[in-house]
Amino acid sequence: MKFKSVFDIIGPVMIGPSSSHTAGAARIGRVARDLFGSQPSWAKIHLYGSFAETYKGHSTDVAIVGGLLDYDTFDERIKTSFDEAEKLGMKFEFIPETGNVDHPNTARVVIGDDESEMSMVGISIGGGKIEITELNGFPLRLSGNHPAILVVHDDRSGCIANVANCLYKYDINIGHMEVSRKERGDMALMVIEVDQNVGKPVMDELRELPNITQVTRIAD
Amino acid sequence: MDVLFRNVRELVERAEQEGKLISEIMIEQEILITDRSREDIMQQMDRNLTVMEEAVEKGLKGVHSVSGLTGGDAVLLQKYMEQGNSLSGDLLLDAVSKAVATNEVNAAMGTICATPTAGSAGVVPGTLFAVQNKLNPTREQMIRYLFTSGAFGFVVANNASISGAAGGCQAEVGSAAAMASAAIIEMAGGTPQQSSEAFAITMKNMLGLVCDPVAGLVEVPCVKRNAMGAANAVVAADMALAGVTSRIPCDEVISAMFEIGQAMPSAFRETAKGGLAATPTGKWLEAKIFGGSVVGSGQ
Repeated sequence: MKFKSVFDIIGPVMIGPSSSHTAGAARIGRVARDLFGSQPSWAKIHLYGSFAETYKGHSTDVAIVGGLLDYDTFDERIKTSFDEAEKLGMKFEFIPETGNVDHPNTARVVIGDDESEMSMVGISIGGGKIEITELNGFPLRLSGNHPAILVVHDDRSGCIANVANCLYKYDINIGHMEVSRKERGDMALMVIEVDQNVGKPVMDELRELPNITQVTRIAD
Repeated sequence: MDVLFRNVRELVERAEQEGKLISEIMIEQEILITDRSREDIMQQMDRNLTVMEEAVEKGLKGVHSVSGLTGGDAVLLQKYMEQGNSLSGDLLLDAVSKAVATNEVNAAMGTICATPTAGSAGVVPGTLFAVQNKLNPTREQMIRYLFTSGAFGFVVANNASISGAAGGCQAEVGSAAAMASAAIIEMAGGTPQQSSEAFAITMKNMLGLVCDPVAGLVEVPCVKRNAMGAANAVVAADMALAGVTSRIPCDEVISAMFEIGQAMPSAFRETAKGGLAATPTGKWLEAKIFGGSVVGSGQ
């Protein structure tokens, strides 16, 4: 079931005008920022389908930038996010695309700073609810309903067991987990949805494990 | 995932077997799924109700969108009602004006609570605050109205769609109107089965409705579709309370809505490329608002 909570239906509380094109868009931007781990200094946002056709009317662009500035769906500052971004020196560009995508409301958010960059694809599936379908070229499913940890690592035996053991040590239960890799022995990704929020000590310990490149947490 | 209901039939059966309200089943399922306390869940819905009240209040004072396409109609309707000559009756027009008020606030980038979406956010609160004057519910009953709406919306969202881009306006205002209709029944003291009948009757009359927003804005025809969605909801609730039933079961109506949405060309699914958006006046408004450029052509 995609919609799990009654507040997916009666909610979110948000700045108008569109739950999918404004609130959902803000959430896509915010998850991207969470994954990146800090305020990006630039953003290139590719819009597809209905997003590409109607983004100005729905303030989709304003909302995504708001999300990249860490604003929630009900944050009044969403309305002036372009000005706020300028003050912070974040450059951004919107690129409407004509290509076919699986979902009509799709955005590819490419963000970065001087040191690194990240690419993420999010879809807005209705009522403000979103799914993240791709991260740095890895296909993934992230419902956003539970706290989640993303672990980028080298494709070596024992990596997954080490991470699972560490979570077990802190009594964190795994609700859903997906693993994928680019090629055998190459870069790999674990997506782990858990039932409890993951504290800093756990994150630090995960980062210390062998063959782990990057650990990111997405809070509930 | 364990859930208490996956469709309307299971929802109604559970409510009737256990002698509970539909809102109660929704609250119990929320506790089960999220592991949150009842108090916590009730408080969150109470806050959402407050957001709805504030939006209606703001809209009834008169708001206007940036584009100038919408605003002020809720005020016109309230003034008209005050003259005492309304043909369709005060409760119905009150629901209509409050649905309009909410959507005018939404179009003006105000704060609203999506029910189930922002574009369809007027119907549930509009009907609630109109029926409130007639039925004098407690605060808890008003909160329960939202849980009953949510229970039906939950089924639609998981078994069909609540996205205009995926299923047209029938999936948004259609769902909202049907949800409101079911909730009116519970507040008026009807049975869970009658809620299901009212939902089915409302949804049947919203089937096929396309999403064709002028200039891609959530304004024309969205605001007036919320108005008529609210009217539909109140009338269908009266029909169900009178004992009228739907020949097609509720879950099958929801399936039909999904199937119709799947078959709908993309021009009618929130792309602003067909229907009212593509009329000469629709195109003219679009050019006027966006300075002659066409929406989606890039910057």
